[in-house]
Amino acid sequence: MLLRLFLSFLKIGAFTFGGGYAMIPLIEREVIERKKWIAREEFLDLLTLAQSAPGPISLNTAVFVGYKLCGYSGALAAILGTILPSFTIILMIALFFREVRHNVWVDAAFRGMRPAVVALIVYPVVKLARGMHLAMLLVIIGSALAIWYLGWSPVLLLALGGVGGICWELIQIRKGGVR
Amino acid sequence: MIFWQLFISYLKIGFFGFGGGYAMLSLIQHEVVVRHEWMTGAEFADIVAVSQITPGPIAINSATYVGYTVGVQYGGAGWGILGSLIATFAVCLPALSLMILVTRFFLRLRHNPWVEGAMRGMRPVVIGMIASAALLLIFPHSTDPAEQNFTDLWSWILFAGVFVGSLKKVNPILLILLAAGAGILLYGPL
Repeated sequence: MLLRLFLSFLKIGAFTFGGGYAMIPLIEREVIERKKWIAREEFLDLLTLAQSAPGPISLNTAVFVGYKLCGYSGALAAILGTILPSFTIILMIALFFREVRHNVWVDAAFRGMRPAVVALIVYPVVKLARGMHLAMLLVIIGSALAIWYLGWSPVLLLALGGVGGICWELIQIRKGGVR
Repeated sequence: MIFWQLFISYLKIGFFGFGGGYAMLSLIQHEVVVRHEWMTGAEFADIVAVSQITPGPIAINSATYVGYTVGVQYGGAGWGILGSLIATFAVCLPALSLMILVTRFFLRLRHNPWVEGAMRGMRPVVIGMIASAALLLIFPHSTDPAEQNFTDLWSWILFAGVFVGSLKKVNPILLILLAAGAGILLYGPL
């Protein structure tokens, strides 16, 4: 069973390009439809969990499924399967990248890819921020500027956001607002 | 000790990486580029590009790559592999331990006002973190020309093209590969 878990997540790890959300349909097919390890309703709970817990979504999902099926050793088998493909590939790249990095062709390709990468990062910001309340937008802009311009630690801002959210929530309850 | 710093940095990245993927970029950037200066902003953009076209989450990819780079600077390829193992292990550790706790308790805690409030408050910060990662890549703190990701008008045209492509739901791997091709045509030795 441990081996089967490991192999399934090895497959998922090897084919999730772009990481995160890209792997959700793959996991769905492998874990729910093919192996029937967890039920579909449980999968929705799992997604909420994987997104709210810190860490990459793919790792969180692997830990959840592995732990549910085989306890601690299951979680370990699933996580090893998930990271092994990317670890090996990146290590290979790192071993050879330094030699080819200053090759004129590679350098030109990277000059083209850098602005593209930035666009891929801006896209989720626009998608997530669209339709948000003005106060929320101000928090988004404020935290972006604090990290980028003032060099504040993102961890500090996360903590502030968490505390702010708790205060807001408690005030709402104090007001007796039924949510 | 540099390997200890590496371990702590990636433990932190794994522990505070709420929102996964892109949100973790800002944490990685803060630790690796701003605080420890293990790599430049341009190198960081390169590793993000490599992550996009290879499988696996960016947090793992960057851990393996940064760990290797730091180790090699310390004393050669063997240390590089040790560094990549340390960083990758460190970034996985919080997910492994926290997720097991969360699996046990979170489903019951989900409607607790404290948990719900904290989650809600962190959500806009996470989006701001993603935005700051992009800002830092566009306007790096360093003025060194080798560290700029936007070098000329073509950079902005590529940026706009890929952004529109993303809006139209074009596959990001394809977009990165197209940008690489454009880079070769624009800046290559042809």
